Amino acid sequence: MKADIAFGQYYEGNSFLHRLDPRWKILFVIFYIVIIFLAKNIFSFALLILSAIFLTLISRIPLRTILRGLRPLVFIIFFTAIINIFWLKGDTVLVDWWIIHIYLEGLINALLIVVRVVILVAGTSILLTYTTTPIALTDGLERLLSPLAKIHLPVHEFSMMMTIALRFIPTLVEETEKIMNAQKARGADFSTGSLVRRAKALIPILIPLFISAFRRAEELATAMECRCYTGGKGRTRMNILHSSWRDVAALLALCALCAGVVLLNIFAPGYALAL
Amino acid sequence: MAEITLENVTYVYGKGAPYEMRALDDVSLTFRAGEITGLIGHTGSGKSTLVQMLNGLLKPDSGRVLLDGKDIWEDPKQIQQIRFQVGLVMQYPEYQLFDETVEADIAFGPKNMGMDPEKIREAVKRAAQFTGLRPELLKKSPFDLSGGQKRRAALAGVMAMEPAVLVLDEPAAGLDPGGRREILGRIREYQQKSGANVIIVSHSMEDMALYCDRVLVMENGRLVMSGTPAQVFSRAEELIAVGLDVPQITRVARALRDAGVDIGLDIYTVKFAAHRLLSGREAHEG
Amino acid sequence: MDTGNNTAKESEKQMSTIMKAEHISYSYPGDEEDRPVEALRDVSFSVEEGEFVAILGHNGCGKSTLAKILCMILQPGEGKLYIDGEDMTRDDITEEDINKGRRKVGMVFQNPDNQLVATIVEEDVAFGPENLGLAPEKIRRRVDWALETVGMTKYARHATHRLSGGQKQRVAIAGAIAMRRKCIIFDESTAMLDPHGRKEVMDTISRLNREEGITVIHITHYMNEATMADRVLVMQGGGIIMEGKPTEVFSRAQELWDAGLDVPQTTELLWYVRQAGYDVALDIFDPAACAAEIARVLKGTAHGRDNT
Repeated sequence: MKADIAFGQYYEGNSFLHRLDPRWKILFVIFYIVIIFLAKNIFSFALLILSAIFLTLISRIPLRTILRGLRPLVFIIFFTAIINIFWLKGDTVLVDWWIIHIYLEGLINALLIVVRVVILVAGTSILLTYTTTPIALTDGLERLLSPLAKIHLPVHEFSMMMTIALRFIPTLVEETEKIMNAQKARGADFSTGSLVRRAKALIPILIPLFISAFRRAEELATAMECRCYTGGKGRTRMNILHSSWRDVAALLALCALCAGVVLLNIFAPGYALAL
Repeated sequence: MAEITLENVTYVYGKGAPYEMRALDDVSLTFRAGEITGLIGHTGSGKSTLVQMLNGLLKPDSGRVLLDGKDIWEDPKQIQQIRFQVGLVMQYPEYQLFDETVEADIAFGPKNMGMDPEKIREAVKRAAQFTGLRPELLKKSPFDLSGGQKRRAALAGVMAMEPAVLVLDEPAAGLDPGGRREILGRIREYQQKSGANVIIVSHSMEDMALYCDRVLVMENGRLVMSGTPAQVFSRAEELIAVGLDVPQITRVARALRDAGVDIGLDIYTVKFAAHRLLSGREAHEG
Repeated sequence: MDTGNNTAKESEKQMSTIMKAEHISYSYPGDEEDRPVEALRDVSFSVEEGEFVAILGHNGCGKSTLAKILCMILQPGEGKLYIDGEDMTRDDITEEDINKGRRKVGMVFQNPDNQLVATIVEEDVAFGPENLGLAPEKIRRRVDWALETVGMTKYARHATHRLSGGQKQRVAIAGAIAMRRKCIIFDESTAMLDPHGRKEVMDTISRLNREEGITVIHITHYMNEATMADRVLVMQGGGIIMEGKPTEVFSRAQELWDAGLDVPQTTELLWYVRQAGYDVALDIFDPAACAAEIARVLKGTAHGRDNT
């Protein structure tokens, strides 16, 4: 209950984004990332910000949830902003005091980079992880990669591994916490002492964890066998993926966004990103 | 003497989040030395949270946890010392075994305490005796033991620290009737010999009735009942109302009264019921 | 249990034997120096379609090994296992034949966490039917039916790891019945649950048996769960030492105690009463009925003795 991790944080819903075909969604995310990196000046960035707001609105995910997902990034954002503000030189001096020189260009650059990182993370997670169940995601990936099975790459096995990993991550996180508590209760100390000492202190956690993981794996394998699992051959799926008008609409919207960004880059120069 | 007192302890999970949950709500109670206290409540009643308060795995949001009158969080850096005095055996403790031999695994706690090697050997031997592990098992790998032996080895690992307070979360979970009797009997024996303050958390009303001197009942993060097993189980209706069960024999005692054979309602073991039922009868006949 | 159900069961019984074990023995290979460890010795029994059979025994009596043999994870060292008349232990058995057997007999394990494959409830229930290569619409219908049957429809889109232990086991049961099996083996499926979860699972099991006519083999060490069965097999030392209706088996209290098992508290109390010289039945599991029985003899005998 406490051990919730920001990984695979699916947000239950039935919005336009939730109903997109996961195969398309994976491609859309790649497309969206490309568009984000295409944006060069404050006008095209403004368009990007609009697109991110639009995504948030149609996903029907509370803003608070999305902002909470960004929390781990605060340090990186802060750090890149500082570097850009203090180290980038330009023509318009804003502050010139002792060894500190801050230029307008540096400030804008910092701002744009921060916006880029935020949209990159928020946009991709809204488009993909918040609105797609992990299993649909691996499913989509399996089918996108299915042509590779023809050249004998284990696509199904890979996707089954992903599915099982996703299923067991919360279980193992919980288990780690339990084992840590058990060893703490026996006086184990993970937080003081030299690096070597701390590494050694992990043994009483790692060994039981590994043994338990192996036991789980064995039991799971037996259970899967009892449920007639014999690999990918002859297996069908309950949910067949099919593209709908939504996927076409989303594709068109992304193309429009891409065109908009490129046009704004060309026809509205000025205040451009230095990197 | 080791008495643990909770003073107005409150603990909230996920403060501020939508799933915020008050696991403990202004709980005040005392676990007395020299007896076995049973802590009853269904899943989510707050009893597992309470257990983790006792040795400082969790820190109360408000209120105090006192060990012999001293706040265990007085000096947070010394919390490890508290954990040596308040031994905690978690649920399914066999999953914490890790060392090469059973002996080394049992010695893990005492070693962390900084005991000298001679004393550790003694403590390991005593703990193995208390839990009924034969000496030849000590040289084996803990992973080669049977399920019941593993459970006892893990229990020995905490007993070897010779804590003044021993807390056990579902020590008999998953064991068959023989295994349950064995492990609970050993815990009771340990309590009698060491005079420790023993606290057992369990779902099993039958086990609690048999092995505890006092029973506390938790519900929705609060303490709702406490007393001897006879006192608590004679309030069967209230227990059932909070979603708990009573031993089957307690139900029989009620039905017997309704059928015109009153042997009292404070019945919680079969032997005691038989005693009341039959010795009363003989007196009547004689 | 009402008579209507019993007669329905009687007619099914004549239909066929779903599972038959003949003189099954099994030994685990020991280490180089150790001798092989005998786990099962000459076990024979059969289960009729629609029956609810409980297998009782303490830890290490061989019941888990038996479960593994019944769902064909282990091949018996000696003896025969027939599923629906099909010999599953013949020498030329193929992977395909075994899978055919597994379509008829499923298993629900002890640890709820280690048998769920998918992160979402309905995806997990679909796992088995998907392996059978069914058409998507058919899988969907079976999944909906299975979830409905175990009362988990409301949780279809929930994450499996957030469910309680009892709910996880119900999902596992749904996964087993979604393959339209005739028989399900429960290998201590209630051992890791709290009393509430245990009741949830037992209610589901008995409903499956009564309403869906699914054959149930329930392996457990909880006495009160065995009282719900049509027939109880008691195992000790790798063999079956008792067999009969719950009422028959539990009247033999002393033998059960000797086998390291318990009897229901009602039976235990009646046993004490009988030891004191009163003529009472031991095969009563309901507290009220138990009290009535005691009241009957105590009042009756006291009265009778007064006369002499």
